Amino acid sequence: MMSKGQRLATWLLVGGPIAVFSVWALADNPRLYLVTLLNSLTLASLYFIVASGFTLVFGLMRNVNLAHGSLYLLGGYVGYVVARETGWWIIALAAGFLAAALAGLLIQVLILRRMQGEDLRQTMVTIGLSIVIADILLWIFTGQVYQMEAPEWLQGPIRGIPLIKAYSAYRLSLLGFGIAIGLFLWWLLNRTRVGTMIRAGVDDRAMLAAAGVNVNLVFAVTFMLGAGLAGFGGVIGAVELSMVPGEDTRLLLASLIVVIVGGMGSVVGAAIGAAILGLAETYGLAYAPTYSVVFTFVILIVVLAFRPRGIMGRPA
Amino acid sequence: MSAAQWRRAMNGGLAAAAARPRPASPPVAGPVAEDPYAHSDAPTWLKYLWRTLSARHVFIAGLVLLLPFVATPFLTFQVAAQALIFGLIALSLSFLAGYGGMVSLAQLTVAGIAGYAVAVLGSSGTETSLGWPWWVVLPFALIIATLCATLIGWLSVRTDGIYTIMITLAIGVAFYYLVLQNYTVFNGFQGFQKVYPPLVLGINWRDPMPFYFLALFWAMAGYFFIKWLVRTPFGIALQGIRDNPRRMNSLGFSVIAHRVAAYAVAGVLASVGGILLVWYNGLITPGSVGTGWMINVLVIAVLGGMKHPIGAFLGAAVFILLQTFAIDVIDRERFNLVIGGVFLAIVLFSPDGLLGLWAKLRSRFGPNQVLTSSPPNRRQP
Repeated sequence: MMSKGQRLATWLLVGGPIAVFSVWALADNPRLYLVTLLNSLTLASLYFIVASGFTLVFGLMRNVNLAHGSLYLLGGYVGYVVARETGWWIIALAAGFLAAALAGLLIQVLILRRMQGEDLRQTMVTIGLSIVIADILLWIFTGQVYQMEAPEWLQGPIRGIPLIKAYSAYRLSLLGFGIAIGLFLWWLLNRTRVGTMIRAGVDDRAMLAAAGVNVNLVFAVTFMLGAGLAGFGGVIGAVELSMVPGEDTRLLLASLIVVIVGGMGSVVGAAIGAAILGLAETYGLAYAPTYSVVFTFVILIVVLAFRPRGIMGRPA
Repeated sequence: MSAAQWRRAMNGGLAAAAARPRPASPPVAGPVAEDPYAHSDAPTWLKYLWRTLSARHVFIAGLVLLLPFVATPFLTFQVAAQALIFGLIALSLSFLAGYGGMVSLAQLTVAGIAGYAVAVLGSSGTETSLGWPWWVVLPFALIIATLCATLIGWLSVRTDGIYTIMITLAIGVAFYYLVLQNYTVFNGFQGFQKVYPPLVLGINWRDPMPFYFLALFWAMAGYFFIKWLVRTPFGIALQGIRDNPRRMNSLGFSVIAHRVAAYAVAGVLASVGGILLVWYNGLITPGSVGTGWMINVLVIAVLGGMKHPIGAFLGAAVFILLQTFAIDVIDRERFNLVIGGVFLAIVLFSPDGLLGLWAKLRSRFGPNQVLTSSPPNRRQP
C-alpha cells in the first residue's frame, strides 16, 4: 500500500494538471467544456455497460472473451432488425440482450466448457470466433452503415439547461442506463444468492465446487449475463454511434483498456476505467484531435507502469 | 454436483499444466546407427552435417533454392516470398509464445513500426518522407522498432499469462488508431506509397527472383538463429521461466530481464520482417497494421504449431496458399470465414497446429510404432 505522502503526491501529480486545464477551459469556453464533460460521461456509460460484461466473465472464469466486440455488434444488428419490424425500441433492447446472451451461452456450453482451465486456448478460440462472427455479420448485413432511430420519447434535445442551453435527450438517457446497470450489478453481486456464488467463484473456484455449488451452471449464467450486457450495449450504441463492421474492434479495444486500467474482474474498476477512458477520449477529440489516441495510450502506460493490475485490481 | 464433475473441476489445474508446451524436444533424428565418417579424418563441421542432415533437409533446401527457377514469377513473388516474410514475423511470435510462454499480438505492430520508419525516414511517394539514404534508414528502422518492441515487452511482462494477450492487443490497436489519425508524421489513412527497396549492386531487388532470395536469406537466418538461440543458456533459461517462473526466480534468474530480452530478440526478427513486408507491398497504410493482420499473424503461428521454429513458415505457406487460391473456389469476400474456421478447427482439435497433427499421424502410421506397450528404447531388432 502507498503511504499517506505518496497518495497525496499522486493526487497532486494527476489532479494538478487536470485542475489547471479545467480552470483554463472553463474560463475560455464554459459551454464547450461542459458539453464535452456530458459527452464523455455518456460515452463512458456505454463503455461501462459493455466492459462490465467483459470484466464479469474475466473475473469468474479467467477467460478473456475476445469475441466480446462481436457480441456487441450482434446485439446491435438484432436490435436494429427487431426495432424495424416491431417499432418498439424497448423490445429491441431486450432482443439484443437475449440474442447476445444466447450466443454467449452457446459459446460457453459447446466450446469453452470443453477446455476449462486452459486460459490461452480459450482466448484463442474466442479470437477465432470473433473472426467468424464478424464475417457472418458482414455477409448478412453487408458493409453498409446502419443508424438506429432513438425512440420518440427520447428524440430531440432537452432545452433550458443553464450554460449548455440544449442537450440530446437520448445521450442524457445513456447516463441513466449506465447508472441503472451499475446499480443492478451491485445489487446482483452483493444482495443475491447468485451474486454470492459469483463472488465466491472469483475468489476460489475449486472451493466453491467443493461446497456443493454447480460451478458449471454459475459459469453459464455469468457468461450469459456478460454476453447479454455486450448485446444490450450494442443496441444502445446502435443509436448513439452507428453499426458498421469495425465497430466490434473499437468496442473490444475500449473494453480491454477499461478493464486493464480499472482492474480486471472488478465492476467498480470497470466504472472507474470507463470514466477515465470516456473523459480522455472525448476531451482529447475536443481539444487536441490528432492526439486523442495518444492520451488513451499514455494513460494505459502510466497505469500499467505503476499499478500493473489496474487501479482496482487485486493480485491473482 | 456429481463426483465426476467434481473431479473434473479439481483436475482443471492439472490439465492446464499438462497442456502447456513442453521444453523443446530434441530434433527427431532418424535412426542414425552407424556413422561412416566417425573414424575418417574429415573436418568436424562435415561430420556434424552428416550426423544431423537427413533426406528431408536436403529435399527442403533443394525445393526452396530451385523454386524460383521453375515457378512462375507470380508464384515466386506473391506466394513464396510473401509466405517467407509472414513466416518470419510469425516466427518472432512463435519464439515468444512457444519458448517464452508469452503470446504477444503486437509482433505485427513491431513489424509495422519498422515499416513506417522505413517509409518516413527513407523515400516514398509522399512529400513528408525525409529521403535519407538506405544505409542510414535501415539501421535506424531496426533500432527504433527493436526499442519499441523492448518497451512493449517491458510493459506487458509486468503482468503475466493471459494479461499479455490483452495488453499487446490494446497496444497494437492503439498504434493502428495512432497512424490512422495522425497526418503530420504518419500521413493518416493514405499512409505511404511507392516505398521500394534500394538499387544495390545494380540489382533491382523488387524483381521476383532477387526479392525471393532476399526474403529467403532473412527467413533462413531467422530460422537458424532461433534454432541456435533456444539451445544457448539464455534459451534454456527462457524455457525454464516459461515452465516455472517462481522456481527460476529462486534459482537466481531474473524473470523480468529474460522476458524483456526475449521481446527484444523477437522484435529484431519482426522488424526485419516488417522492412521486407513494406518493400513487398510497396506501400504501408494503417490497414497493414490493423487488427485483421495482427490476428492473421497469430493464426499463422498457431496454424503451423509453436513448438518448433519451422511451424511458423509451414503455417505461413498454408495461409498464403489458402489466401491466394481459396478465392478461386469460394467468394473472395468469404475468405475470413474460411480462415477463421480453419483456425477454430486447429485450436479445437489440434492445439499444436499442423506440426502436432503431423506428429500424431507419424506416431500412428509411421515406421516407428510406439503405440505398443514396450518402451521405444527396448525395441526388438
